This record gives sequence, structure tokens and C-alpha cells, in this order.
Amino acid sequence: MSKSLFEKVWDAHAVKTLSNGQTQLLIGTHLIHEVTSPQAFGMLRDLNLKVAYPHRTFATVDHIVPTDQRQEPFADPLADAMIRELRTNCEETGVTFFDLPSGKQGIVHVVGPEQGITQPGTTIACGDSHTSTHGAFGAIALGIGTTQIRDLLATQTMALAKLKVRKINVTGKLGPGVYAKDVILHIIRQLGVKGGTGFAYEYAGEVFDGFSMEERMTVCNMSIEGGARVGYINPDEKTFEYLKGRPYSPTGDAWDAAVENWKSFASDPDCEFDDVVDFDASTIAPTVTWGINPEQAISIVEKVPTVEAAAEKDQPLIAEALEYMKLPAGAPIKGVKVDVCFIGSCTNGRLSDFEEAAKYLKGHKVADGVKAIAVPGSQIVDLICREKGLHTVFEEAGFEWRGAGCSMCLAMNPDKLIGDQLSASSSNRNFKGRQGSPTGRTVLMSPVMVAAAAVKGEIADAREVFDVKELVEA
Amino acid sequence: MALEKITEIKGRGVYVAGNEIDTDRIIPARFMKCVTFDGLGEYLFYDVRKNEDGSDKQHSLNDERFDKASILLSGENFGCGSSREHAPQALYRYGFRGLIAESYAEIFFGNCTTLGIPCFCATKEDIKAIVAAIEADPSIEVTLDVANERISFGDQSVTAVVRDSARMALCEGKWDMIGELREVESRIAEVAGALRYMAK
Ligand code: SF4
Repeated sequence: MSKSLFEKVWDAHAVKTLSNGQTQLLIGTHLIHEVTSPQAFGMLRDLNLKVAYPHRTFATVDHIVPTDQRQEPFADPLADAMIRELRTNCEETGVTFFDLPSGKQGIVHVVGPEQGITQPGTTIACGDSHTSTHGAFGAIALGIGTTQIRDLLATQTMALAKLKVRKINVTGKLGPGVYAKDVILHIIRQLGVKGGTGFAYEYAGEVFDGFSMEERMTVCNMSIEGGARVGYINPDEKTFEYLKGRPYSPTGDAWDAAVENWKSFASDPDCEFDDVVDFDASTIAPTVTWGINPEQAISIVEKVPTVEAAAEKDQPLIAEALEYMKLPAGAPIKGVKVDVCFIGSCTNGRLSDFEEAAKYLKGHKVADGVKAIAVPGSQIVDLICREKGLHTVFEEAGFEWRGAGCSMCLAMNPDKLIGDQLSASSSNRNFKGRQGSPTGRTVLMSPVMVAAAAVKGEIADAREVFDVKELVEA
Repeated sequence: MALEKITEIKGRGVYVAGNEIDTDRIIPARFMKCVTFDGLGEYLFYDVRKNEDGSDKQHSLNDERFDKASILLSGENFGCGSSREHAPQALYRYGFRGLIAESYAEIFFGNCTTLGIPCFCATKEDIKAIVAAIEADPSIEVTLDVANERISFGDQSVTAVVRDSARMALCEGKWDMIGELREVESRIAEVAGALRYMAK
């Protein structure tokens, strides 16, 4: 019987059916970070349990690390306690920790792929909702809570109800200046933030086939923003090419065997899906959010919605969003003044994101009064950007070039909005208060659109600002 | 490990109005700088409850009529956003033992169940009726009947939904799975052994 990748991976990892009807699923790769794991180690100690498979758990520190002054002890004693706790937990249990001095530290969803830990046909979990990122490699990758982190540490398994699978086809060609970020914002806008509840999303079709692995990660990353816990793309030659030679990738004969094995996990061509949705790439424009959840998005040429024009059931949320965002209802979003510009995060903090933005930023200057920061997703991304001189392009344009971490994506470190500042951000969440100020405002967009906003000092169409005419291959 | 069978929750209700109430709203990220969950209850809904100087804003949780509430009502897609268990932990530690909403985000729902917090799905109309009743008399008892999927309040009652796996887990005292997961060590080793990437 033909099966989807999701079903194949599920079946290969199913341990048993539990008494509550859920499946006990083996999670081959467990990733942890400093925010959600200490309590789980605490629970483990309370129960007097050991880490069952320490060689299959990998740790990094990302959320709380300062990106400017990285000397320890950190100025914030709470942040300092968190990194020390993680260090101790890893030392005591034998878990590999990509610590700050390792040169491999970074956002957990950047580090896993970069190290070759993220592989096709595997199951991955992390106490972080953007774990869906790793699905770009054809893995089933799930965000979990702390109690499940405890379950994984203790047993390498967790209880989970099987998901349905929705195939999302995007066919045709994207226009110039339209990126992976625009594709996923468009999908979420159309299917809604709840649309994916109970589903795994399989992204398929020309557009995803043509995407680089980094672009695929951007898309899978935001699956959770559309309510889908898992998003994946079938593994192909690009996947294998990316993984070849990475520290945790198989080598020699084992490499060939692994590639054969990985190929076998791809969805069978004639398999059935619980749902199929089609999009036409040519209708997707650079997309930005105007509201307080990622579904509240419009293309850069559209106008901010009005309460009156919306369906009655949507009116309260639109009114709430407009009030919070202080945006001009019924007027173009283009031209709205920005205070802060942020390029980074597990959505758009990889090499190609900085390369693409730098390509256009060259010769431009950040507008007066705008604070612009570029935060590489990992120390390795940072290093490569430096080797390529990209950081100089950013610095010459007036961006601050920072050390690796989550930074202003959720502002658990010192990078925060102040008051009701408006931020043009390449991150993934525009919730109220997300970027560190209870009244701070976030407008999500692609890194090149952030660069355009930085240059103009207002939300702008990068295609105009940078005179983007050709389709640029990443 | 024998767990309590959670078949019924009784308590007073409080309504936190709104749809899409995300986990950043339930517990702002800056309060997650902690290595235990103790004390998180204090920061529940902090930014919508408190002004920057720490004084109270107008919010149902600051309304003393509802200060004994242990059942929280809200709208659609409650708990969307991050996987942080800090959100249900903050709710639990604040004193909430049951939730009623139109719908929940997936990970949040699972996290709540694992803590033994039943999440009831009710229709907008039924939620309105319950809210009207508790607004009229905050002291009325709201009963969440997990086994029979009913919510009673005052002299009224409505049907609601508690997803099958969660209902079973709560009613049979199996909401925390660790015991059952640990029963099959050798079977886990067998499944792991068949997967190349799991090798040391
Ligand atoms: S970059 Fe943002 S979304 Fe990604 S892991 Fe860090 S805080 Fe979470």
C-alpha cells in the first residue's frame, strides 16, 4: 500500500499503542535548549530516573544569550543561572552540548541541520514549537512541552496521537523579490492560524522542489504558525547534497546506504492524503503582517483592512489588532514608519538570508533614527558571513552585526523593543508583546523586505527600493 | 505511579475574553527566565493584567468578584503559539484546574492534559451562556463532568467535548504517561535497534 512520508516515518518509530489510544513513538533525535529543559531535568531527578539514550540528545543555548557582550557571567543573573544549569545537566548526564566556547552554538533549529544531526526519515523533538523547521529534510519534527522532554529523556519515547496529512502544492513560478517567507505567510494567511490543527503539512510542487534547503527550512519553520505541528518536504538530491560532509552525517559506505534508506521514506507518488490544497506561485507577492497573529497578513501592495469590511465573526479580532498596532485602517501599509529592523531568528537567520539581504543593502544606508540589527542564527553562520565579508556590508549600511542567538525574536535577552516601537522583523511571531515590550509592534516580512524597510525608514516594497527585476536564484 | 482519576472538576468560573489568546500573552517570555516552574502563577497574563509600574489594569483576573475562580473560560484557539509548558504551568499555579474554550492549540492542549487540566471545548453560544451566568452571580458552581462531557452551572447544563484520548487519560488516571512509557524498555530498544541513525 502506498504511504506518505509521514506514515512511513511514523510506522518505523511506533513502539506500541498506549492505553489511551495514543501511540508511543520513538523519538530518535532529541534537541534541548536552556528555557524548556531545566524543569524536565528537575522532574527526572525527582523521579530518580536516568537519561536513557544520552547520545541521542543534543543541547544548545540560544534564547537567553546576549548578542552583544557575550562574556560570562552574563549581566542578567537569571540568564546566567540558566546557562549554568544547562551546562551542569549536560555534564551530569552525558548529553552533547554545543556550548558558547564550542564555536557551534546557535539557535537550536539552525544548529541541528548545520551539524548534520537533522536527517531524513527520522523523528525529532524539541521543547520548542519551531521544531517543525527540521521537516525540511523529510523528518517528522515536533515541538513538545517540558513534561514530554522529561518523557524523552527518561525513555526516548513520547505519547502522541497520529496526525492527518494535508498536502500543500505550490506550483508555477514566484515573481522577482518573492521569497520563501512570503510563500509561507501567504499560505498561513489563506489557511488561517488554526487551519493546520490536527494536520502534518506536506509541502510539494515546483516551488518547494526549486527551493534551497535553507528556503525549505523557512517554510517548514512556520508550519506551527499555521496550526500544523509538523511540516515536511520529501527528501531529494538537494537534501543529500546539503547533508554530505556534515559532522554528524554518515561517511563512506554508510553514506550510500543512508541515502538509499532516506530515499525510501519519500511519499509514494500515488499515496492518498487527508486533504490537498493548491496554490499558484505567481499570485504570491511580498507579504507582511499588519496585525497580531501571522494570519493577519497582506501583500505589500494591499491596504490595511478595516473592521467594517470584515465578516462579523472576524471583526473583534481585527479591531483588537488595529488598536494594538496603531496602523491606518483602510490605508496602504507601505509607508508606515519603522523604528527597529531585525534580521535573524530560526526562520530567517541563515547564511542565504544574510547573503540575499547584503546583495541589496550594498551601497545603501539605514535611514536616520532606525535601529537595525543583524543576528546570525549560529556561530557558524556568523563565521561564514564574516569570511565572506557580509558583516561589513551590513555594518557599512548602518546595521549592528551581533553574535548568534534568538535575540529580538522573543527578546528574552537584552535585545528588546521599547514602548510601542514598530519593528520590521524577519522572525515568525507578531504576537502582542512578543519582542520584549508589552506595547511593542511587530511586522513580519522577509529579510530583503526588512533591509528595504531599514533603508527607507518605513515599510516598503523591496522590489521598488532595490529595483528588483530579475528572478534571483538563491 | 498511581495518578488521581480526574473525572470531575468543580469551582467558580472566570472569563478572559478574546480569541487567539497566545502563550506569550498567558506568560510573557521575560518571565520564563527560570529553572523551575515555581512562582510562575504570579505572572499569569502579566502584561494584560498589570501596567508597567506594576499597578492593576482592568482585567477579569483583577476583579475581586472572580478571585476564587478555578475554571477559566475563553474563546477560539486558546494557547496558540509556543510549546512552552510555562503557560499551562502558570495557569495551574495560579489556581486553574479546568478550562473551557471554543478550541485550543494542539501543543497547549497536550501540555494541559499532561498536567491533569481538562480542556473542554464548548460552542460560542454555550460559553456565552456560562459567562452570563457567572457574571450575574460569580459564586455559582461550575462543574466540569469529564466522563460525561457536560458542563453544569447553576441550574443549567450543556454538553461539551473533551477529546477522546484526553478524556480517557484523565478519567483513568493516566494523564501523565511516564509510567506506561517506561514499561516497555526492551521493545523501545528493539525499535531503536532497527534504525541506523540511532546507533552509537
Ligand atoms: S529564533 Fe525565535 S522562534 Fe526560533 S527558537 Fe529562537 S525564540 Fe523560538
